[in-house]
Formats: sequence, structure tokens, C-alpha cells
Amino acid sequence: MPERIRHPPLDKEKMEQVQTEIHLIEDQCKGCGYCIEYCPRKVLEESNEINARGVHIPKVSDISKCIMCSFCTAVCPDFAIFVEEKPARKVKED
Amino acid sequence: MVLETAHPYSKYLRAEMMPHIWCPGCGNGIVLNCFAHALDELKFDLDKLVVVSGIGCIGRTAGYVNADSFHTTHGRALAFASGVKLANPELEVVVISGDGDLFAIGGNHFIHAARRNMGIKVLCANNLNYGMTGGQQGPTTPLESFTTTSPYGSIENPFNLVHLAAASGSTYVARWTTLHVRRLTQSIKKMLQKKGFSFVEVLAQCPEIYGRYNKMRSGLEMMSWFKRASVVENFTDPSKAEISADKIPVGEFVDVEKLSYEKMLHEKISKINERAMEMVK
Amino acid sequence: MQKKLLTGPYFLNGDLACAEGALVAGCGFFAGYPITPATEIAEHLSQRMPELGRIYVQMEDEIASMAAIIGASYSGLKAMTATSGPGFSLMQENIGLAVMTEAPCVIVDVMRGGPSTGQPTMPGQQDVMQAKWGSHGDYGIIALTPASVQEMFNLTIEAFNLSETYRVPTLLMADEIVGHMWEKVVIPPPEKLKIVNRKKPQVSPDEYRPFQPDDDLVPPMACFGEGYHFHATGLTHDESGYPKTSSSKVQSELVNRLCQKIEKNADKIIRCEETMLDDAEIVVVAYGIVARAALSAVRKARENGIKAGLLRLITLWPFPTEYIGKIAKRTHGIVVPEMNCGQMVREVERAAKETPVTFLSKLGEEPHTPMEILEAIKGVR
Repeated sequence: MPERIRHPPLDKEKMEQVQTEIHLIEDQCKGCGYCIEYCPRKVLEESNEINARGVHIPKVSDISKCIMCSFCTAVCPDFAIFVEEKPARKVKED
Repeated sequence: MVLETAHPYSKYLRAEMMPHIWCPGCGNGIVLNCFAHALDELKFDLDKLVVVSGIGCIGRTAGYVNADSFHTTHGRALAFASGVKLANPELEVVVISGDGDLFAIGGNHFIHAARRNMGIKVLCANNLNYGMTGGQQGPTTPLESFTTTSPYGSIENPFNLVHLAAASGSTYVARWTTLHVRRLTQSIKKMLQKKGFSFVEVLAQCPEIYGRYNKMRSGLEMMSWFKRASVVENFTDPSKAEISADKIPVGEFVDVEKLSYEKMLHEKISKINERAMEMVK
Repeated sequence: MQKKLLTGPYFLNGDLACAEGALVAGCGFFAGYPITPATEIAEHLSQRMPELGRIYVQMEDEIASMAAIIGASYSGLKAMTATSGPGFSLMQENIGLAVMTEAPCVIVDVMRGGPSTGQPTMPGQQDVMQAKWGSHGDYGIIALTPASVQEMFNLTIEAFNLSETYRVPTLLMADEIVGHMWEKVVIPPPEKLKIVNRKKPQVSPDEYRPFQPDDDLVPPMACFGEGYHFHATGLTHDESGYPKTSSSKVQSELVNRLCQKIEKNADKIIRCEETMLDDAEIVVVAYGIVARAALSAVRKARENGIKAGLLRLITLWPFPTEYIGKIAKRTHGIVVPEMNCGQMVREVERAAKETPVTFLSKLGEEPHTPMEILEAIKGVR
């Protein structure tokens, strides 16, 4: 496995991280846990809330970590969760 | 967390049929999700799409996609789809069916549709058993695994679907698991843009039945098997792409161009008509 | 090489006449599999369909052939397949699918000696009950039976018209003799022929319910690619087309409608040919090639002073129960010659009630001779 050299993106100062909103269609969630398990940034976790199906739905633990990779949207078998961008990304002027 | 009622892919799904009947964690839901995603990225004209499915859990997909759809008898989806495609080659005919439907009872129709190179796209959700009827052994059930009709461990060698499809003449053959959502979506997109017979196999978890019988009690455990064992081996020899507990070769295995059956038929008809015209002159 | 439809007098065999009839009726798709004695239909169409720009495909088996014609029918084309006994048995499951999804299509069964592989090159009438009851479940179906090469031509067109009108698979139950014999056929010019097409929906896609019937119990049919985005399934469904497998109300309504669709319209579908029936005291009820011998027998009987008459069935299903019941009341007896061990005779007995029915069976290469039927007629007096 090649060694990874961690380096922040060269335009990090200019770009603002995307602001996202995670939408949940509560009663469609069947509690499979894929979104929670496979989120690369660990944005989601299981909540104590129970929906109409009797399962624990996910909740956001830290939205600021979300980079809108949309894996949760793609892997949900029940079309119960999707992520969308908040207002348009601003590019900071130098 | 915003509580919401409408999903961005809802226009690809029939609202009156949702939520679907699949179990919690069922891989079929992910297959449907990737399919909808692929349609969305291609901005597909839903008026031209016909979804044909066979019998099985994945067979319910035809009822869920918001396009002309038909749910056939067990195993006959490809034969039905051949009739649809030949009658109207402008239509994009996608067969979404399962391992048992396509390769046990439907095996004959599969190899002939592939041999003829009918321009039909086949999306096979392989969950390693017959899920809908309670989890019986199927043509892709791994050796020594437990199902309701192999309570002592299966003694049948399973098919290597990638090899079977490639040998039958499919012009596009790919295999992914439901964990590889991005690459699966790209393969479906590619498949929808090809002209000849195309086949994408998706290893889909069946946590309620197959998983439970085989020590993978939740969808997460089956997914972690996919994660642990899958290896991307693009364009390697399809005959060596067997699935085992330690290795799931995934990737694209075949991607060629070959004149489709309906194109050849059309050309023949044009030639015959031309000759007839000359004889009449 | 004929680029056009045939018109005028021709000398053809039954299979060829059936094929030409299909072309004239507007058949756009044929999927078949070789089987004696129906192979000539496939061979002839494999040559003719491309000449007319239509589609011929040889599928891998009869099951696939039947599935493919349902697919083509749903794509908007008139579709047909042709087979014999063994293939007919294979097709039954998908005939059930065609009935359930109300797909117009024509299935030709050129009957041969059965059961199983039987006598491939010999005639038989052993599939006639299977025509009605062959697939599992309750349903209504239409079956026609020709007795001449001209009728092979005419009834093929009739079969297409009936299947389009009632959105039901229509069977053409011929036998090997009618299929292989050569006779004169007169093919009328297109403008003299009546061709019926399926009803199309008059509403927008949002309002369309694929299985909502009109007053004649037949729903208008949209096809793939017309923007209706409908769903059709072999599972029990309601008018929306979506599966509703838990409701007894839905099951009852759907299955009863599939049966009533044919029963309620039976008077428009049933066709018979009567010969010397008005004052007949003994009636012969026959169909297919046997009816030709029966006609000869009835004429000879009249010469001998017996008031005999012939009722030739052209539709086997729906069966003209009421009609035969009426005839039976004014006769001494009915004779039913069949090339099987007793199939349509059961329906005749059921309809005839008190009137005695004599059954005449014959199996093998020859249908009944006129003398054999005459003996049976004499035996009734």
C-alpha cells in the first residue's frame, strides 16, 4: 500500500466547506444502520428516538463534519435519507 | 436533521406503491436506489423506458419504477423483453430480476438472449438464495452454505454468473456489491448507453434469510463481508471470477461492441425489401 | 418474392393459408419454435415477414415464444405463435399470463396424436379441453376450429379480430389434416376484409387505469412507449394494475370479470354452421376435419330417409351450451364423432340433458369415414 502524504488542499484558505442539510423521511427508515456505519466522516449516529416502525432512526452528531459525499443518500435502501446543500457555496475573495 | 417527506428521486418511483415491501437492510433497496440515481444522472426519458421483472423480491422493482413496466411469470422476463424490444427497438428495455429467476428457471432464456445479442439490459440482484419464497437454495448459493432446502450445507457448485454471461456473448459484463454504490451506478449508466446485450450482477445482501442462516445476522455483517472480501479486478478472466468467503472479485469484465440483433434484423429486412423492389422493376 | 399481401385465388395448404391470413390480419410479430405439423407456418412466415417489413424470430422454446408474443403485444404489435400438442402444453403458464394481463395474441395449435410425443405426423383432436382448462386458475378464452384450408385463412383473421376486441389470447385449434392438406383459397382484396384493432385509452396518462373495464368488460389498452407509465403483472391486481394479493374483493372481481368478459359476450363470439338442421331428428355435432366426413354422412342419411342434420362447431369455446340445449329438445339423439377419447362430447351431454348422446371415438391417422358416422346415425333410431 503506497504511503499517503496528507496535505491540506492548496486553496483551502479560499474555499469554504460546503454547508449541508441532512433530510430524513422518518417513517420510511427501517433502521438498517448503513448510513451511520459507512459515513466516512461519522456524521450520523443512532438516536434514541423510535419511529412508527419501531426502529431507532439516525441523528446528526456533527453536521459541520459533513462534506456532502452523499454516500448516505446512495446507500439507503429505503429512500429515507438524503443530503442537500444549504445556500450556495461562497468563495472567499483574497 | 431536517424532517422531510419527499425524496429527490421520487419522480422515478411510483408514490402509491412506496414504501416498498423489502426487509430492513435488504440489498434490493440499494439496487433500486442506484438504478434511480443512474436514470437521474443520464436525465433518462422515462417515456422510453420499459422495466421488465421476473418473480422474486427484486421482481417487485417493476412495480416501483415510474415507467412502463411488466411483471412476468417466473424466469420468462428475458423472453418477454425480447418480444418488447423487437416490436419497438426505440424502447430501452431493462430486465431487473434475481439470481434464481434469471439463472435457474430462466437460464435457457438468458443464454439465448445473450447469444442473440438482443439489446436488452439485465440488472441481476444476486442474493445467493430464493428470498421471496423463504430462503431456498438457488443456482448461486455458495457451497456448504445453509438454506431452508440445504439444511446440511449445500453440495451444489454455484454458477459464476460473470463467466456465464461472458461465455454466452454478453457485450458488457460487470459485477459489484451493494457497498460499491458509486461504481454500480456508473456501470448501470454505462449499460444503459450500450447497444448490445449487457449484464450487471449486484451482490445484494439478504440479511433476514440467507444472512441469518449463514452467521451474518444483520445487513451490516453482510456488508462488512462485502467490504472485507471484495477486490476490484477489472477485465480479468471471467472464468476465474468465482465468489468465495474470502474473495469477491468485482469490476467490469467485458466491454465490447457487437452489432445487436435488432440492428441486424433491420438491416436484413431493408436488404430484402431492396431486392424485392429490384425484382419488381 | 412477394413484397405485398396476396390477393386472389391460390392453391395452398392449411399451414400456409394460416400464415397468409395472419399477414392479411396485420400480424406484425411472430415468434415460434419448430414442431410438426405446425412448422410450415413458421417457415413460411420466416420468409414472408421480412418481405413485408414485419418481425419473425425463432425463440429457444415454446415457453419463450409465448412470452415473446405477449411482450410484442404490449409493445403495440399484433402477435402470433404456432405450435402443436407438446408445445401447447409448454405454453400453458404463459397463456395464463396473457389472460391475466389481457394481452391480445393468437396461438395456433395444429393438433396431432397425443398424449406426450404421440404421433407427430397424424391428426388428433385431443387438445380441445386443454384449450379451455389448460392453464391453472379460472378464466375465459376463445378457441376456433377450422374445417378447411379456406377456413384456416378466414379464421386466422377472425382470431386476430376477436383477440383485439376482447383483449384475450385466442386459440386456433386446427388438426394435422387441415394443416397439411392442399385446397383452393380465395384471398379477398384488403378493402373487402374486416380488421379490428384494440381499443386505445381516451384519457390522459394521469387518469388512465390500465385495467378499468368499459361496459363490455374490456379495458382500453395503452402500449409501452406511449407515455402512460403503467404497470401490468400476473399477480392479482385491481384497475390500477398494481398487485393486490391480500384482498378477496379484488380477487373475486378480477377473476369473475376475466370469465364474464367471454361469457357475457358469448352471443357475439359463438359461430356455428348448420346443415339441414331445421327438421332434423338426429343431429351430428362435429368440428374440424371430422365435420367434413359428418357432412357426407348426413347427406347419405337423408338419401336413406333419415332426417339427419349437422351442427358444425366453429367456436369450441365459449361453447354454445344454450343453443345445443334448444336443438337437443327437438331431436331423438345426438351423435358426436371426435378424434379423441371423449372431450367436447362431455359439453354436448351437459347441454343436451335428457337427449341421448352417442359418442364415436377414433384415434390414429384417419378421421372417421362417412360410413362409420352413418352407422352411428342409424344406430340412434
